[in-house]
This record gives sequence, structure tokens and C-alpha cells, in this order.
Amino acid sequence: MDPQQLQMLSEIQQLEFVAVELTLYLDTHPDEQEPLNEYNKATGQLNQLKVQYESLYGPLAVYGLSPSKYPWQWVEQPWPWDI
Amino acid sequence: MWIYERKLEYPICVTQPDVRMARYLMAQYGGPDSELSAGVRYLTQRYTMPTNKTKGLLNDIGTEELAHWEMIGTMIYKLLKGVPVEQLEQANLGSHFTEHDHAVYPADANGVPWTAAYVQATGDPVTDLHEDMAAEQKARTTYEHLIRLSVDPGIKDALRFLREREVVHFQRFGEALNEVQEELTRKKVF
Repeated sequence: MDPQQLQMLSEIQQLEFVAVELTLYLDTHPDEQEPLNEYNKATGQLNQLKVQYESLYGPLAVYGLSPSKYPWQWVEQPWPWDI
Repeated sequence: MWIYERKLEYPICVTQPDVRMARYLMAQYGGPDSELSAGVRYLTQRYTMPTNKTKGLLNDIGTEELAHWEMIGTMIYKLLKGVPVEQLEQANLGSHFTEHDHAVYPADANGVPWTAAYVQATGDPVTDLHEDMAAEQKARTTYEHLIRLSVDPGIKDALRFLREREVVHFQRFGEALNEVQEELTRKKVF
């Protein structure tokens, strides 16, 4: 995997980690405004970055979540355990 | 419905194969307090949780556990990749090779296969949440043992991340337990 792709993937992992952590926190603290704002902020940034990543390197998820260029890109990309 | 995302929750960097460590890591892939047990346990218990918060929390932690299971599987796969059978035998993985070759199989560090008996679901939310909190502590302890046994900085780093997640899950389960107990007390008619 080229260094630029790895760098971008790492940024996605970092932002999604923020979203995962805040999801669990908000599950038990649904009335707190500040973590909710942080969650929405991270979600916005994450979606933007994913669109950018997927246009360059192919879909991160299929099942209708992201479109694919021709030919079907999903089976061509490396799997996480092969990186 | 689950959607697979083509990435790990946290990156795994392995510099070279290490059969010994691969074997120890199987504790968290197919052992009693493995990520697999945790995922199946929480996703099973969620149906009979009494409040929206607890259903949500078990659903979301259960889902995160599956991502951790993938991280452990990735570590084992990378640590065993290309290792000749003689080296597997030296690390007591000759019997693993007999049945599974280099496959990543859900068994514990002693080769005992994963079983649903590791999953507790009593239908009592107080009991189940106590079980879950204990499971997180047991997994934390196992990660501390694994960190002490590991030499590869990439493996150590990923294990530290996973250990920290056990601490956070324990905290969230504790909050969920408090909520359930308050709820049960409120419902009582004196």
C-alpha cells in the first residue's frame, strides 16, 4: 500500500475511533450536549474524508454504502490483514 | 444487519513472524475471555436488556468486539505467515498444524476449541451486566500478561490499545448497571 493511502487510512482510523468512543459514551450519557457536538463534528469530518479516500482507492464498504468504478473494485483492494 | 468496513479499528504493524507470540494471542482469539466470546456474549444478551440505553450499549460494544477479534486474527495471521512446520512444532503448534495448517482457528493458547459455554446469558440484566464487567476485567488482565510476553513494539502497541478498550467498556457497563438498578428500584410499588 502506498504511503499516501496508508496516511489517509490512518486519519480515517483516528477520526472513526473518536466516533466509536463517543458512541459508547453517548449510549450511557444521551443528555450531554458537548460530547454530542464532538460526535457530530467527527462524523462530518469522517464522512468527508471517506468520500475523498474512496474516490482515490475504492470503496471502504459495499452492500450499497459506496459506489464502485468499473471493474468491481472491492475484490481488487488489499484486505486489512494483508497490509 | 452489519456492514463490513475494509479497515482495522487500529493499525497492526508486525515486523517479523513470532510463532510463540501467535500461540499466546490465541487466548484472545478463541479463549473463554476472548474477543469472540465478548462479541457473541453482548450481542446475545442485548435482546433481553430492559432499557434502551442498555440495549444500545450492548449492541455497540458487541460490534466493537468483532473489530477487536479481527485485530487479534490479523496479528496471529501475520505472526504465523510463512513460518515452516519445524518452527511451529518447536512452539508447540505441531498439533495446530496437523488440523489447521496456518489457518487462524478459534481455539485458546492451549489449543482448546472455542465453545458457546464461554457465553453467559441469564436473562437477568443485573446478573448479565455483572458478568460483562467481570469479563472486561479478565480480558484486561489477559492483555497485561500478553503485553509482558510480547517483544515486537507493533504488537505491544496494539495490545495496549486493546487493554485500554477493556477499561472503557468496564466503565460503560458500570454506568449501564447503575441505570438498570435505578430503573428496577423505581418500578417497585410499596
